[in-house]
Formats: sequence, structure tokens, C-alpha cells
Amino acid sequence: MSSLDPRVNRLDFKKITDGETHTNSHLITWEVFHQDKRGKQVIHVGIVHAPTPDMALILAKEQYARRGKTTNLWVTKTSDVYTFATEDEDIFETTPEKHFRDPAYYKVRDRIEKFQKQQKQTV
Amino acid sequence: MYGSTNLSEEDAKRMNTTVEDPEKLEAFESRIARGEKIEPQDWMPVEYRKQLIRMIEQHAHSEIVGALPEGTWITRAPNFRRKLALIAKVQDEIGHGQLLYSAAETLGKTREQMLNDLINGKSKYSNVFNYPAYTWADIAVIGFLVDGAAIVNQVINSKGSYGPYCRALERICYEESFHLKQGHDNVVYLATGTKHQRAILQDAINRWYRPLLHFFGPTDKQSAHSEKLMKWKIKLASNDDMRNQFLDQYVPKIWELDITFPDPNLRKNNDGIWEFSDPDWDEFKRVINGDGPCNAERIAVRKFAEEAGRWVRQALINPSEKYQVPLA
Repeated sequence: MSSLDPRVNRLDFKKITDGETHTNSHLITWEVFHQDKRGKQVIHVGIVHAPTPDMALILAKEQYARRGKTTNLWVTKTSDVYTFATEDEDIFETTPEKHFRDPAYYKVRDRIEKFQKQQKQTV
Repeated sequence: MYGSTNLSEEDAKRMNTTVEDPEKLEAFESRIARGEKIEPQDWMPVEYRKQLIRMIEQHAHSEIVGALPEGTWITRAPNFRRKLALIAKVQDEIGHGQLLYSAAETLGKTREQMLNDLINGKSKYSNVFNYPAYTWADIAVIGFLVDGAAIVNQVINSKGSYGPYCRALERICYEESFHLKQGHDNVVYLATGTKHQRAILQDAINRWYRPLLHFFGPTDKQSAHSEKLMKWKIKLASNDDMRNQFLDQYVPKIWELDITFPDPNLRKNNDGIWEFSDPDWDEFKRVINGDGPCNAERIAVRKFAEEAGRWVRQALINPSEKYQVPLA
């Protein structure tokens, strides 16, 4: 093969066998979390394939910290992450009436004023 | 750089005949109609999964193979600044391939199987990378116009329905904006340089004109349609619409440099539609089926990398660890 690429011309293509591909010899995946600033949340950004945590961190650095600012990366094995099933999304739906959780719901000034008025009258 | 949404005839036929659970299908389709994303663990029609795998995988291969013609020129970049930019761009392309393989993996096809299918020819990559980069000007044109075309496609696809693909594309589009800018800078330097620089640029434009028209796939009249691909937000714009958008954005930027395209019929008509001569769709088919100037070399290089690096990967594998489909 004659290529425009001198590096391709240096490859010894005779060394490779023809048509043989392998299956089920792939590395496990790691979920990657990225922090872009001290004090900020660490956020999930994607995965890498790697044999060990050290390699996963090195590859995550290449993949997810190439641009922009990064202060840290976390990795964890995909198989160590536990989640809810997505079809159970409705378990997060509770009563839509949640005034009791709203700080603005708690209004006491009227009551205090009414109380103070009554106090004055009794005096 | 590019994932084609073009259906083969059989695929189009099967898409319209496969029967799905009507209740689940309706919930799925109304979720997409509401503009919500589909996530990997959600129920999805068999054909939705299949077409997405095909498309994202093809896009991933295009990133990896697309780095090859550009990599050719790293050792011969005209100065250090250009060399640094080209190395960074090639690294980005490989990174984009990895992000896209990850997105496709969430649908249940392993990365290894995808790489095998690239080598054994079962899955395709963008046709445009079967053409060689003869001179430095080809690198300028690839960086500006091929990346420009890819960005048109990717920005549109990033509005699609599959969560992991959209997330990958957003990251990719952000990074590709530098590719486009440095490509334009490179083209402008050649166009405003010496007579020789202008001449090699014009030659490169002449070479890339047809492959660029081919880039968005056959005309709408020629391509197999599937309403479903549109309904499911896998395909978001027709080939002709994307091609027109590309011409509209980029042709004026070449013309203002007093560089021409090798087509006397290229012009914008009063409706805003670009007209051009038939770019030889037979050549497109020939190259896609393996008979392009660089098809054999591209696959041979991938195969060499796969086989020469296998012993390293095998040495690293821990047989007690079991692969699991990534989450998102």
C-alpha cells in the first residue's frame, strides 16, 4: 500500500492477520464525575473504559478535562452505581398541595397584630 | 463528525411493518412529542433502538476515521502554531469518537463489537473521509468546510430525542467551534497569501466540492423515507434542507476570498434555495461501497491498530470483572 501518509507507509501490514476479530475481551466502564470549581457540585459527565481506577482517572482527565477549568474528577465502577428503575418515576410524585413546605405560607404578622390590639384593649 | 440518518430500502420497509405494543408505543411517542428525552433504561421500539445504534455508531466511526486524513499532516504542518492546533483538533476528534461510542453502548451494543464491525465493513463511516489530503490546503478545507458541514448536521441532531446522544453532541459542538475557527483562519491565510498559496487552496476547493455536496446524503427524491424517523426525532431535517443550510452559510465565505467553486451553476435562487450541477451520485454510491481513493487504507490502518494493540488490552483485562452497559 502506498499512502500519502509517511507514518502509514512505515506500518508493517504483513504482520496483521486477515479478518480475525475478537469478542468479549473488553474493559469495564467507569462513570466519571467532574468538578469545575472549588466548592461546586461534582457532576456526572460520562464514562470511560479502563481496567483499574488509576487508568480510569488518567483517561477521564484526557476525555473530560481537556477544555475549560477542572478542579477534580471522580470515577466509580458502573456496576457500583445503584439507581431506581426509570419506569418507577411516579414514586417521586406526591401530593401537589405542598403549601406547608413553602416558607411564604407561614404568615404570622396579622395574628401578632391582632393579639397586640386585644392586649391594649384589656389594659 | 457525521452520522447519517439515511435509511436503506429494507430498513425503511421494516420500520413500517414492525409491530409494537400499542400502549407502550403511544406513551413513548407522546413523551417525544412533549419534547422529553428518552433515556437508556426506558422502553423503546425495536426499530428506534436499531436505527439509533446504526446512526450513532456510524457517527463515532466517522470521528475516528476522520482523524486519519488530518493526522497525515501533523508532521508536516507549516509552523508550530498550526501544528499545535492540528494535534489538538485530532485529539478532539478521537475524544468525540469515544463519547459517541459511549452513547451507542447505552443502547446495548458493545464498543468492541462496533470496532469489529468497522473493520469487517458491516458498518459505515462518512464517505467524505475516503478522500485523501494531498496538500496543506486540503487540511485547511477539511478544517473549515468539512467541519462546517458536520456542525450543521450535529447542531440539528443535538435537538433529537435520545438523551445520551444529545448530551454527547452538545459537548462535541462546543469543542468543534474551535475547529471551524482555526479552519477558517487557515483558509483565509492561504487565500490572502502568495500566488502559490492561493493556487493550492483553489485546487483543494476543486477537489472537495463534490464530496461536500455528497456529505449530506442523496437528494430527498432519491432517499428512502421514513415518517417514523422524523416522528421519533431521530432525523430532524431532510438531506436537502441541511445541504442548503450549509451552502448558505459557507459558499459566501469562500467567494469573498475571490476563490471559486468548480461549478458554473452554483447560485442562490430567489426563494433562498441553492442550485448546483448534479454532483455525480454514482460516484457517491461507488465510494460508499468501497471503491473510493482511500477506503482500503483507512480500514487497513484501523485493523493494524486493533491487532497491534490487542496484546496490551488483553494484558490489562481483569477476567473477574464483568462488563455492564453504561448508565447514561
